[in-house]
Amino acid sequence: MTEALLDVRNLSRRFAAVDALQAVNFSVEAGEVHALIGPNGAGKTTFIHHVSGALQPDSGSVHFAGRDVTKLSMHQRVAVGMARSYQITNVFLGLSALDNVALAVQGRQDAGSSFRFWRPARSETAMFEEARSYLEQTGLAQRIDTIAGNLAHGEQRALELAMALATKPKMLLLDEPMAGTGPEESARMVELIEHLARHVTILLVEHDMAAVFRLADRISVLVNGRLICTGTPDDVRADPEVRRAYLGDHL
Amino acid sequence: MAFYRPATYQKPVVLALLLALLALPPALTAFGQEFYIGFATRVLIFALAASSLNLVLGFGGMFSLGHAAFFGAGAYAAAICMSSGIADALLAFPLAMAAAGLLALVVGAISLRTRGVYFIMITLAFAQMAYYLFVSARSWGGDDGLPLASRMMLGGFSLTSDSALFYATLGCLALVMVFFGRLADARFGRVIQAIRENETRMEALGYPVFRYRLICFALGGALAGLAGALLANLTGLASPNLLQWTQSGTLLVMVIIGGVGYLYGGVVGAVILLMLEESLVGVTEHWHIALGLLLLGVVLFAPKGVAALFGKRHD
Repeated sequence: MTEALLDVRNLSRRFAAVDALQAVNFSVEAGEVHALIGPNGAGKTTFIHHVSGALQPDSGSVHFAGRDVTKLSMHQRVAVGMARSYQITNVFLGLSALDNVALAVQGRQDAGSSFRFWRPARSETAMFEEARSYLEQTGLAQRIDTIAGNLAHGEQRALELAMALATKPKMLLLDEPMAGTGPEESARMVELIEHLARHVTILLVEHDMAAVFRLADRISVLVNGRLICTGTPDDVRADPEVRRAYLGDHL
Repeated sequence: MAFYRPATYQKPVVLALLLALLALPPALTAFGQEFYIGFATRVLIFALAASSLNLVLGFGGMFSLGHAAFFGAGAYAAAICMSSGIADALLAFPLAMAAAGLLALVVGAISLRTRGVYFIMITLAFAQMAYYLFVSARSWGGDDGLPLASRMMLGGFSLTSDSALFYATLGCLALVMVFFGRLADARFGRVIQAIRENETRMEALGYPVFRYRLICFALGGALAGLAGALLANLTGLASPNLLQWTQSGTLLVMVIIGGVGYLYGGVVGAVILLMLEESLVGVTEHWHIALGLLLLGVVLFAPKGVAALFGKRHD
C-alpha cells in the first residue's frame, strides 16, 4: 500500500479539563474525498486546526506528502500543498473577486517574491490570467470584477474555493463548504466539489449528510474527540456505534 | 476596504503643489518673510515623519505608539555623524535611516509577536526606554541633547541657508512619496494591506505574515529616521524630547487628522496641525484647546480624515 497523502498519528490535545482529541489516527489517501463527520462539539474544528497548523498538538504527529509537518506553521503547510477554506466565509470583502484570487496566486512560492516595492502589481498580466482561470473553474466567470462583499453567499463560498485552488494544493481542506447555503446553492456546491475532486484530494468536514454521502469515498466519524469509525459510506451507515452517536437522526 | 489606488486628479494636483513649493523660498524672501522658510521646512519634515507612520499604521495596520523613537534615533544618528566628522548628508542620511531602521527591526521583531492593546503598550514601552537611554547618555549630551556644530553638506552644496535645507527636504519628501505611492500599488503594498484586513486569511494563503509586517515596520522606522536627520539639521540639535511619547502622539494625531491609509494622509495632517499651532500659538498659549476641537470635528464629521474628503482611496 502506498503511503497516505495525509497521515495523522496518535494526535491528542487537551484544553484545560477537556480531552478535545484523544489519540486520533486518521489518513487521507491521494485522490480520494475523505469526509469527517460528527455531532456538534465532537472536535471536528479542533482537528482541522491541527491539520492546517493553526493549533499544535500535545502529542502525536501530522505527516503530509511524506514529511513530518507537525512543527510547521500554517503558511509553511500551505507551501507544501495544503490549502483550506473556512467555515465562515473568509474572503477580502472590499476586493474584487479577481483581486482575491490574484492574492492567492501571488502567495505561491513559484509565483515569485512579494517583496517587490516598485512594479505595479496590476501590470502582472500572467498573475491575473491565472486568477481568472480559477474563477472560471469555480463558476464565477461572470463575477470577476464584482466586489466580493457584493457576491451572493454561495458565490462567496465558491470564491473561497477558487482562492484555495489558486495555492495549487495537493489536498483541499474544506471546512463546512455548505454552511449557510440554501438548497439550490448547496446543490451547485456539491457539483463543484465533485468536479474539483477529479483533480485534487479533498478532506471534507460537513454537516450536510446528503452531500457527504454523495461526495465521499470514505467517511470518518469523530465523537467526543475519538475517531469511532472509518470506512466507505455503506460501512459507516451500517455501523452500530455511529448510529448510536447520531441517534439515527441523519443516517 | 480595497487596495489603495491613486485618484485620477491626484497627479496634477501634487505636481502643481510641488511647483508652488519650489517657488516658495524666493517668494517669501521677496516679501521679507524669510522666517517662514524654516517653518515650511519643519512642516515638510513632519509631513515625512507622519507619512512614515502612515505606512506602518494606515497601510500595515500596526498601531504603533513608539514611532518617535525612530524619528529621534535618526536625529541622534545625524548629530553623532556630524560630531564624528561625517558632514556629508549623502552619507549621514543613509546612516541615520539605517540606524533607525535597525532599531525598528529589533523593536518590531519583539513587538510584532503581540496584538492589539499589547502591541500599543509594548511599542510605547520601547520608545520610552529609548528616551531614557538618550536622556542618561552623558556623552551624547544627556537631557540637553546633542548639538550639531553646523548644518551638513549635501554633495557639494551646503545646507546652511534655510532655502537650501528647504529644497533638500522637499526633495527627500518628494522621493519618499513617489516610493510610497509605488510601494502601495506593488506586490508588497497589496500584501501588507491585505494583512491589515485579515491576517489569518493571508497566513492560510501561504504568506509569512510576520515577515511582511516586520519589513513594513522597519521601513517606516527608516523613513522616520530620515525625517529625524533633517530635523536635526533644521534645529541644530538632536534632543531627547524627539523620542518622547508625546511626539509619537503628535505624529499619530497628524495621521488621524490627515487620513489613516490615504497616501497623502500624513502630509495633509502635518500641514493642518502645524499651521494651526503656528497661527494660534501667538494668540493664546491654550492653543491645544483648538487642536482638541479640531480632532473632535474630524472624528465626528470626517472620521476617515481630511484627505478622505478629497476623494476616495480606491476606485
